[in-house]
Amino acid sequence: MKKKVSIKINGKMYEREVEPRLTLVDFLRHEIDLTGTHVGCEHGVCGACTVLINGHSGRSCLTFAVQADGAEITTVEGLAAADGELNALQQSLRDNHGLQCGFCTPGVLISLTELLRDNPDPSEEQVRDVLTGNLCRCTGYAGIVAAALETARRAHGEARS
Amino acid sequence: MGVKLFGARVARLEDPALLSGKGRFVDDVKLPAMLHACFVRSPHAHAFIRGIDTSAAKALPGVHAVFVADDLPAPMSGNRMPMLVPNPAIATQLTQYCLAREEVCYVGQTVAVVIADSRYIAEDAAALVDVDYEPLPAASDCREAAEPGSPRVHSELQNNIASKFRQSYGDVDAAFASATHIFEEDIWQHRGGGMAMETRAVVGDFDPVRDLLTVWSATQTPHIGRRMLADLIDRNLESIRFIAPDVGGGFGPKAIFYAEEAVIPAVAMKLRRPVKWIEDRREHFLCATQERDQYWKVAIGVDHNGKIKGVRGTLLHDTGAFVPWGIIMPYIAGATMPGPYVIPAYGLDVTVVLTNKVATTPVRGAGRPQAVFAMERLMDRVARELGLDPAEVRFRNLIQPEQMPYSVGLTFRDGKPLIYDSGDYPQAQREALRLVNYDTFKERKAALLAKGRFVGLGIANYVEGTGLGPYEGVTVRVLPSGKVAVATGATNQGQGTRTTISQIVADQVGCRIEDIVITIGDTAAISQGVGAFASRQAVNAGSSAKIAGGTVRTQIVKLAAQALGLPEGDIEIEDGVAFGRGGNKPSISFRDLYRLAQGMPGFSLAPGQTAGLEHTAYFTPPQASYCSGTHVVELEVDPMTGAVKFLNYAVAHDSGTIINPLIVDGQVQGGVAHGIGNALLEWMKYDENAQPLTITLADYLLPMATDVPTCKIAHIESPTPLNPLGVKGAGEGGTIPAPAAIIAAIEDALSEFGVHFTETPLMPDRIVAALKDAGAYEKLKVVA
Ligand code: FES
Ligand code: FES
Repeated sequence: MKKKVSIKINGKMYEREVEPRLTLVDFLRHEIDLTGTHVGCEHGVCGACTVLINGHSGRSCLTFAVQADGAEITTVEGLAAADGELNALQQSLRDNHGLQCGFCTPGVLISLTELLRDNPDPSEEQVRDVLTGNLCRCTGYAGIVAAALETARRAHGEARS
Repeated sequence: MGVKLFGARVARLEDPALLSGKGRFVDDVKLPAMLHACFVRSPHAHAFIRGIDTSAAKALPGVHAVFVADDLPAPMSGNRMPMLVPNPAIATQLTQYCLAREEVCYVGQTVAVVIADSRYIAEDAAALVDVDYEPLPAASDCREAAEPGSPRVHSELQNNIASKFRQSYGDVDAAFASATHIFEEDIWQHRGGGMAMETRAVVGDFDPVRDLLTVWSATQTPHIGRRMLADLIDRNLESIRFIAPDVGGGFGPKAIFYAEEAVIPAVAMKLRRPVKWIEDRREHFLCATQERDQYWKVAIGVDHNGKIKGVRGTLLHDTGAFVPWGIIMPYIAGATMPGPYVIPAYGLDVTVVLTNKVATTPVRGAGRPQAVFAMERLMDRVARELGLDPAEVRFRNLIQPEQMPYSVGLTFRDGKPLIYDSGDYPQAQREALRLVNYDTFKERKAALLAKGRFVGLGIANYVEGTGLGPYEGVTVRVLPSGKVAVATGATNQGQGTRTTISQIVADQVGCRIEDIVITIGDTAAISQGVGAFASRQAVNAGSSAKIAGGTVRTQIVKLAAQALGLPEGDIEIEDGVAFGRGGNKPSISFRDLYRLAQGMPGFSLAPGQTAGLEHTAYFTPPQASYCSGTHVVELEVDPMTGAVKFLNYAVAHDSGTIINPLIVDGQVQGGVAHGIGNALLEWMKYDENAQPLTITLADYLLPMATDVPTCKIAHIESPTPLNPLGVKGAGEGGTIPAPAAIIAAIEDALSEFGVHFTETPLMPDRIVAALKDAGAYEKLKVVA
């Protein structure tokens, strides 16, 4: 019944035998002990489980681990520098009070990471549009939006200067 | 003295871990040999249980046990759960059994629990548990359930009335007899969920060697949980440890002690294996408590100037199938209705009705959003009928700052007279109006209307009792390293409790905030605790932090003076070092002071000295402190689709002295989002058999980033005299007046068509239906 999968997660290769019905998020959290990725709904709406799968944001609650066989995954644990220093987006979320309980935050970080990679200078509307994929019950989004825009502005400022 | 932290925008200590995936939530707890639970839940809103066959489930490989009520330890198996806030006015003192016995009374009620190697197997097995139900008629709508002859919520009851009481003062009849105008409204605010992003979660682990039962729970109230569990399994408090680690949002429903929190530890004890249960979102819709369903029939009497003579009415509150948190939501609602206005006479008859739905307990605001909605809808009605400006009618009736402290004439939920301690209500309204340029609004509106755009503005004021007792404690202790340990029974579901308490202690003791080591939500760290609800933690724990920190500072000064041979008055403290003022500044570090404070074996301590440098304070407030504020909303409605777009959202907020503006702004902004959900989106739908129909986040809509505007926030600071910090609660004020202001703005935007709204949530289809009824589309065609 079990099937072997090889998945590269945050640059490191993992091989495991899994049941075909095991979701990718349960694989990450419980097989690999990367508990940063969260589960809020298991039906694809809340976005807490969002990870990058081969560079594209995806719902790890709607993906089976076997479907990710051979894929490259980035989770929230893969964002900060090796010494633990927060990256610009993480720092900006802190500065702008873009998180409260922090439960939605890993998914938010992944969605915004993808956005800022593909569109380094997004409008507020574009930021909000992307964030519709991440429900946050605590913050009312204001700090998250401000953090994304600030991060983009800083990166831009630096690029120009 | 170092940089003062109190009042500063200090970045949160919580954040670095949460931002890098190193948060520690209950589901992150992984113990050796841990098993997983899945509950068997009632599919019926009301039924007798004729029998339960667990054999097929037990036979499934990987299943360790299946428990029904009789398998639980005594007294839990045969006792109902404790009521958290009992009240003699409750006629039906009903709470549920941890696992149902003969009868189930709502969909999702716990019937049995399966324990297996994995959650996957536990779910498979739960589906194999065969329960023989005899379905019974169910009560779904509280208006019908209140009528004689309607289906009874519990078969043992004669009727469905859980409680009836009256809240009143003044001569209401005389007030109405003298009123020039009387206006009446039927008002309904619909129930919804807390919907924290992290669902409920429990891990139980029993260590027979230490005889210690450890429970991790995503709860707002670990100390209460420990007490409840101790009652249910008859153990002493010291042999149970409750830990609320990082908790992914609370909003009220996680303040309750639930059946699952009792069953999982009991089962772990029985099996001698750690057991984990993580609620899934469907279970959260079915079994986490909800709130809000209240039907109001209210009337206001005013004179020809719009001055209020009296307010009276009735309130019907849907409490669901049980009353675990007592009747405080309708009670608070009745006490909140008078709000910031001078109302000479007031009378409200409250009926609390049982229905076959999950119990209602406080959700962010707890009865207050409904009361404010009712009162503010009346104020708008007065303005409209008398042709007055809605801001002006409010100004004419607001309690003036020189009337403070203001006695309303009612008793609040804390048993104390409802006395507003401080505040400047007109100032708050002026500030909020200024933030949206109210003076020019009418021109804006007219100009846009000429272009066929429908813009409206709504105002809502509120007063909120916060900072309720009984107490919250803080221990401050200097550690051997010279760092400062802090422990509190206050909890952290995202409110930044860790940061605000640390700010206060660091200032008081005189150390760097980085040198504070704080333990939150762990019953092993401090003996007494209450937890998070009613915007009470900054008031109670904050005050305790100040008192405990101040006491430790005094101890430090005394000891340092002795050590340095200086008068106490010459000692200063900064960054964990005590030093003498002037001269060559002799100094001694906290680290060395710690050693001195231990004393010497065999020798007495110096007179007046206590053991160690530590103190625990349990601040208890004399009464609630009343925060207040005004929301002003400017929005646009598309009459063709019923879509609502926010143009301007202003909040003037008075929560007394502010410990950390960054955090208070966040609480306000987040609260507004919840209020927007209540006003426009969140619809917990049940059919006529009390079957819940909206049990996914695709059906039950939460506000998204495109639904919530960034608010303009003004702080009015009226320090309360009721605690040493002058702080009041800030957690719910963002939510409470939001629906009232939003619905008023929608009505104003569509004033052309004379539509009137007295219900929430007001979803697009309902706006369109009202416009259709009002013949709006005929008029719109003419315009086009
Ligand atoms: S857990 Fe995957 S979207 Fe909610
Ligand atoms: S910070 Fe709590 S859900 Fe977003």
